[in-house]
Amino acid sequence: MSADTLQVIASAGKGQSTRTSLRVVILFLIAGAAIASRLFSVIRFESIIHEFDPWFNFRATKYLVANGFYNFWDWFDDRTWHPLGRVTGGTLYPGLMVTSGVIYHALRALTIPVDIRNICVLLAPAFSGLTAFAAYLLTNEMTTSPSAGLLAAAFMGIAPGYISRSVAGSYDNEAIAIFLLVFTFFLWIKALKQGSMLWGGLCALFYGYMVASWGGYAFITCLLPLHAFVLICMGRYSTRLYVAYTTWYALGTLASMQIPFVGFLPVKTSEHMPALGIFGFLQLLAFLDYVRSAIPSRQFQTFLWVATGGVFGLGLAVLVIATSAGFIAPWSGRFYSLWDTGYAKIHIPIIASVSEHQPTAWPAFFFDLNMLIWLFPAGVYLCFQNLADEHVFIVVYALFGSYFAGVMVRLMLTLTPVVCVAAAMAASSILDTYLNAKSPVPEEQSTEESDASAKKAAKSGLKATSKPVVGIYGFFSKGSVVAALTIYLLLFVMHCTWVTSNAYSSPSVVLASRMPNGQQHIIDDYREAYQWLRQNTPDDAKIMSWWDYGYQIGGMADRPTLVDNNTWNNTHIATVGKAMSSREEVSYPIMRQHEVDYVLVVFGGLLGYSGDDINKFLWMVRIAEGIWPDEVKERDFFTPRGEYRVDSEASETMKNSLMYKMSYYNYNSLFPPGQAMDRVRQARLPEVGPTLSTIEEAFTSENWIIRIYKVKDLDTFGRDHQSAAAFDRGLKKKKVSKKRGPRQLRVD
Amino acid sequence: MAKQRNVTPSPAMPATSQQSTTAPATAPAPATATPSKPTKSSAATGGGGKPSWDKVVLNIVDYYQDKTPQRTKLLDAFMAFLAVVGALQFLYCILAGNYPFNAFLSGFSATVGQFVLTASLRIQTTEANKSDFPSVSPERAFADYVVCSLILHFFCVNFIN
Repeated sequence: MSADTLQVIASAGKGQSTRTSLRVVILFLIAGAAIASRLFSVIRFESIIHEFDPWFNFRATKYLVANGFYNFWDWFDDRTWHPLGRVTGGTLYPGLMVTSGVIYHALRALTIPVDIRNICVLLAPAFSGLTAFAAYLLTNEMTTSPSAGLLAAAFMGIAPGYISRSVAGSYDNEAIAIFLLVFTFFLWIKALKQGSMLWGGLCALFYGYMVASWGGYAFITCLLPLHAFVLICMGRYSTRLYVAYTTWYALGTLASMQIPFVGFLPVKTSEHMPALGIFGFLQLLAFLDYVRSAIPSRQFQTFLWVATGGVFGLGLAVLVIATSAGFIAPWSGRFYSLWDTGYAKIHIPIIASVSEHQPTAWPAFFFDLNMLIWLFPAGVYLCFQNLADEHVFIVVYALFGSYFAGVMVRLMLTLTPVVCVAAAMAASSILDTYLNAKSPVPEEQSTEESDASAKKAAKSGLKATSKPVVGIYGFFSKGSVVAALTIYLLLFVMHCTWVTSNAYSSPSVVLASRMPNGQQHIIDDYREAYQWLRQNTPDDAKIMSWWDYGYQIGGMADRPTLVDNNTWNNTHIATVGKAMSSREEVSYPIMRQHEVDYVLVVFGGLLGYSGDDINKFLWMVRIAEGIWPDEVKERDFFTPRGEYRVDSEASETMKNSLMYKMSYYNYNSLFPPGQAMDRVRQARLPEVGPTLSTIEEAFTSENWIIRIYKVKDLDTFGRDHQSAAAFDRGLKKKKVSKKRGPRQLRVD
Repeated sequence: MAKQRNVTPSPAMPATSQQSTTAPATAPAPATATPSKPTKSSAATGGGGKPSWDKVVLNIVDYYQDKTPQRTKLLDAFMAFLAVVGALQFLYCILAGNYPFNAFLSGFSATVGQFVLTASLRIQTTEANKSDFPSVSPERAFADYVVCSLILHFFCVNFIN
């Protein structure tokens, strides 16, 4: 919005220097707006790290700052994945932590004492300003229109699709990765246009930085070869392409291998093979190109192309053979799930269970991109109008970005930059056409008319070959179109602000609600519970919870966990799933074996907090079933009619599962008899609540969101826990066995 | 890669900066590596060259020897050398196993990378390609070449263990 009004001023300012300075000012304003719009959460709540993954990044950053880089690199973390531990230094993308570590030390060197937490919280907004700048640069490579770049920067700065992962406090890899993504693309385009090794080398360096920061680097690894391949197929092979691509590939691959977590993957996995294949193919093409320049003979040329095709096919065949023979790892499950959306659900429930891996719902596109989504095709169409190499890139990127964004919610993030660029091109071409104060000169009109008449006479469909001068004459049409676009832009800004403020600015560690009188009420159960753990449990007490909360427990409570959000070991997660979904008698030995001291569950029934463990429970069952299909069966957790219920009609397996018991233990006591309600599932709970014998309630937070149970030690008298509990309840052992006797008889 | 090599009369294998080679340059005889290349290149291009294939090759050789400046020939010699070294390393990897895989990879990618960069330099400095690179003067090309080589070898040394 600010860009287009200022563009009027920019066109009024005649001098080149005024324009440049105006542009700088506008870019700074855009960066300021980008940062400011991400600060809702800090202002409303506090400077706090959000969600789940950021807590790990934060913890790792603290470790890096405290122990130095080399210790960080060799960090073996024995406080996660309890019996196993995790080679953290070798299994993370260090870019984010190192970036904030560098900023921290730089600020220290400048004698600005800033808490590392504040750097982590504000890193994402700061980088969003840089992303806006990168979008500006990228768009400027695409078009000559001066306003397109500024519009793209403005769009990039406030598009909710990007804000969703970069509000203050969401200290995640994406925070810097999107900037790197856009900037790498800019450098690639620059290298391609100039055919310069230096730009190619810079592109490789930033690609290396990107690899160090985010697993999504594979997107670049696949997109650039694809772009090169499309260019070759279009007959647009040029020496510039050779220089840019080979420089990028040779340096970039080496750079990516420096990261321990990536290591040999670039030469061993299928995801990276297209890049290698195109690299080899380009060598061949360059050689043929050289030969062609040596002998200008058409016949020779044609057979060379045939030979090229043959070699390409041969290379593909070799790749297939090498993959099937096991030299090259086949595509990973995450990649399969991109092609076949049902794949993960069947084969790898752990991937399918992650909420951000779900397919995107249609409204999400409008929600995240608003009007950009309908300007986007127009921008792509404009790319077709003067199709240069860089425009092919936008087209390819648009196609693949749209596909991937449709498959996975989180990949909306990779689509957003190209949407912003294309939409800015469309919007700026509208503005350039309609915002021109001068009407076209009448002579032009006459030539245009004569042109048109001549064309009519010729009746040829080749309109595009003779471009008539098109201009807008009436001030009314100019005014109305510009006004409409301005209104749309204003609506866009309002939408973005609204979405950011309502949907994306919640830390999810702290929840906010409104009191009946409109006052804000903060629900702080998570931190309450983690603080309790921190203060009331021994330093090495092992906490068992579903993996979602692993990073938070590690970060906030500083206690060892069994599983966490780095879901590298499916079996271990399945073990926890089994413990949660089995009967107490089965779970207790599992917990003893893993030295579990406390079990933590999240329960939203009292508050109506829908992201709780009972709602996630089916995933635990499915993942456990994947490893122990005989002991855990998903079917048993449904009622005979196939419903997932928690009330009195719930299946026996469900009622006896540890998760169910822990969630609803003692819950009846809050309500009058028979009135206990679960507000998430709108279910009336059975009158008699579950009983627990092997674990005991240790802590329940204010709104019952977090419940912590202590695993009992072995019984002092050697009884099993059931009978001990029964004894405590005042039931005599005899009575129990007596009762059991006849029942068993009847069953037999 | 190095298709020029069957053309180059391999003059004076330059003892230039060859920091890129690593341990593998031990036993395997270059004699086995050298023939493997030309057969491959002839297989790649010889698919449909029934009519006067020898003539075509002769043409190329003539064209090369006549039209190529001396400096470019030097570059070609370096590229040929790199190709031989790369082929040797690859052969070693196949024959003797890839045990220090880090070392093999960084050695091999050093040769490949240097080859590619040299090829780029060659392309950029060729007179015929001037129109493709309006913004790259030969001096600029050489400066780019040096910078990129430095980056390449930094990564290689870092990766070699």
